[in-house]
Amino acid sequence: MREISFNKFYKSFNILSIVLIITSLILLAFKGLNYGVDFKGGTLIELRTDLNSANIKKIRDSFNQLNLGDVSVKNFGNDTDFIIKFEKQNSNDPKFIDNIKTKLSGSIGTVDFRRVENVGPKVSAELLQSGIIAIALSLAAMLLYIWIRFEWQFSLGAIVALFHDVIITLGVFSLFSLEINLSIVAAVLTIVGYSMNDTVVIFDRVRENLRKYSDIKIFELTNISINQTLSRTIITSATTLLALLSIFIFGGEILKGFSLAMILGVIFGTYSSIYIANPILVVLKVSQRTIVKEDKD
Amino acid sequence: MLYFSKLRIFSVIIFTLILSYFSLSNFFKIDDNFFSKNIKLGLDLQGGSYLLLEIDNKPVITQKLQNKVMELKNFFKDKNIITRNYTVDDNSIIFDTTPDKSDELNNILDDDESEINPYYQQYKSHEFDFVKNQDSFKLTLSKYGLVLLKNASLDQAIEIVRRRVDEVGTNEPNILKRGNDRILVELPGLDDPGRIKSLLGKTANLTFQFITQNTEESFGTEKLEFEDGSENAIVSKRIILSGDNLVDAKPSMNSQTNETVVSFTLDRVGAKKFGRATSTGVGKRLAIILDGKIISAPSVREPIIGGSGQISGDFTFQSATDLALLLRSGALPAPLNIIEERTVGPDLGQDSIDAGIMSLIIGFILVVLFMIYKYRVFGVIANLALISNLFLLVGVLTLFEATLTLPGIAGIILTVGMAVDANVLIFERIKEEIKSERNPIIAFDSGYTKSRTTILDANITTLIAAVILFFMGSGPIKGFSITLGVGILTTLFSVYFIARLFTAFYVIKNKEKESLI
Repeated sequence: MREISFNKFYKSFNILSIVLIITSLILLAFKGLNYGVDFKGGTLIELRTDLNSANIKKIRDSFNQLNLGDVSVKNFGNDTDFIIKFEKQNSNDPKFIDNIKTKLSGSIGTVDFRRVENVGPKVSAELLQSGIIAIALSLAAMLLYIWIRFEWQFSLGAIVALFHDVIITLGVFSLFSLEINLSIVAAVLTIVGYSMNDTVVIFDRVRENLRKYSDIKIFELTNISINQTLSRTIITSATTLLALLSIFIFGGEILKGFSLAMILGVIFGTYSSIYIANPILVVLKVSQRTIVKEDKD
Repeated sequence: MLYFSKLRIFSVIIFTLILSYFSLSNFFKIDDNFFSKNIKLGLDLQGGSYLLLEIDNKPVITQKLQNKVMELKNFFKDKNIITRNYTVDDNSIIFDTTPDKSDELNNILDDDESEINPYYQQYKSHEFDFVKNQDSFKLTLSKYGLVLLKNASLDQAIEIVRRRVDEVGTNEPNILKRGNDRILVELPGLDDPGRIKSLLGKTANLTFQFITQNTEESFGTEKLEFEDGSENAIVSKRIILSGDNLVDAKPSMNSQTNETVVSFTLDRVGAKKFGRATSTGVGKRLAIILDGKIISAPSVREPIIGGSGQISGDFTFQSATDLALLLRSGALPAPLNIIEERTVGPDLGQDSIDAGIMSLIIGFILVVLFMIYKYRVFGVIANLALISNLFLLVGVLTLFEATLTLPGIAGIILTVGMAVDANVLIFERIKEEIKSERNPIIAFDSGYTKSRTTILDANITTLIAAVILFFMGSGPIKGFSITLGVGILTTLFSVYFIARLFTAFYVIKNKEKESLI
């Protein structure tokens, strides 16, 4: 197989990544994330209406008459299903949901409440906190693992790649106002695992090659290693993406956000292990001495 | 790496078969206790309600402090220590004593053998922390005193919640303690939790007290509203009878008025008290008070001595049934607030299962075809490993009776996508080894050996993420972390035992062939 010169594009892609990260950070700082009821508190109702008896406008109007504060109504999967979200939650009033249902039936005909989620402010704050702790913990655990397994230059490369993937994925979610809920946290954690996995495979090879060849510069060496592991990188990303696409397309509306986050994460993760993790080894001037010194210890 | 002992082959086969059997047992009914294990479906798949209740312990603490004041007064009176000026605020009691006794009192409170301020050896703490300021003492519930109090009230609340939920007769409810002030109630199959919520939302503190005009009553009086909000009444604070004395309650029809009422039966002590009070109070109105609101206040026409009676109050049959149920199950020690509710209707659950299985099948077929296209014979071997991996994964989940959620199904599909990674790493490595090594058996051998650390590294990273999710996540997310984590373990097993076994057979049989992989 012909060798591809990935290393020629290190610089241009690094610039691209820096631009993407800065854009993402700006988006996250100013536009913020669209938190779902899990993290913001409030009520979510997924309802199904009789065929063609309702549209978004009609449902929004009916909900606005109920004085529930800011109501968001979205189509969910098909024409008869809708997701309604509002900030008011009153889980202590046992009739709260029933009343809404009765009033809605009056204005838009028979409705079936397929799903109701009602999260109080205390719980949502706790869920957000534990979500952040989970992500922080997993990043810390990865850091620890990679620090034990590799020299610091490699660790730094892998961690930068990891942050790159998580930040850009969240940036995309902010850009398109996609909802952040509990399953997105799970997706982000899996991305963290996948991104690390992908980087580690290439790094293992770089380290092996460093032992083998003392005369090849790291700039070349990373390229050789990327090429040697390339078909694995492609096949594994392909099978993972096939599985994820299958969830995205056939897995129903509830898993859409989750699978989308994972798809983005796998794409960025694959990209970053080639174009973020490796250039960092080059910048840090990793050589045979870096690892030989370690071996002696 | 290609050598397998007979014993090892045998164990691999047995292990795989047993787990496959468990995974298949989900689809067939097997009349055997040991083998009839099933994967439980999460509420998001089977439909149902999830309620998180938080107990509001303020009344419990206030009650505790008030009781303590009585205890302190009596205790010190017996010891001939004068105490006075008792005041109680949100979390402490303040009182004074005389200067000559203040040191003695201090010692009593500080004594490890203290009766009035028990010392908990295991927590190294008294029930109350106290501060002495000259002759004034301030007692505050200690951290552990508070924990014990909260735990006791939570245990009691759980018991009452369980009775109420059981009385409604839902299918296999799951009621669990969460922390020291929360109760989790899972109600599979229930798609309208309205009734349960209204039952759990009531403390159900029932008292019988006389209505009085005389505001100078020795026990004090309070002004209470009627349930329907129509009027107020002044009620004596003297409690004639409380819900604790009830042994039974049920809805019934009053034959004279044709009204739905709740009939109740009292225990012996209650019957006696009730008889005495009603004999002296003929002509007075007796208020029946539930959670601070008067349900009704009938006039006492004659002494009620039989130990049974009726509560009337504009009931429908449903509301009478619910009140009877609340009275039978007893009062909660403190009010419960519902702080989180998630309800999934059964048809949405079924839709999710269908969609999940559909995407699993399609994802699986795509991956299988891709592997055959890429690796031919070895693709088939990797696919065999993948299939057995699925059986193992489902088998392990069944064996531990894990709960499968929608994200859990996503975890299984993701496992399908990532499981081939290990085999791909090995096959790619073998391809490289074959270029420099003529003997295919040695090339295969070193392919396995050299890829091992990479595979371990790669899987450990994902496993770390799964473990953290397991401990930090809740509900459905936990389901995802379980399938992801177990998936990694079964993947490694299927790659290193099953796929390698097939590879070994194939390579040893075809070692003369050109371009083996």
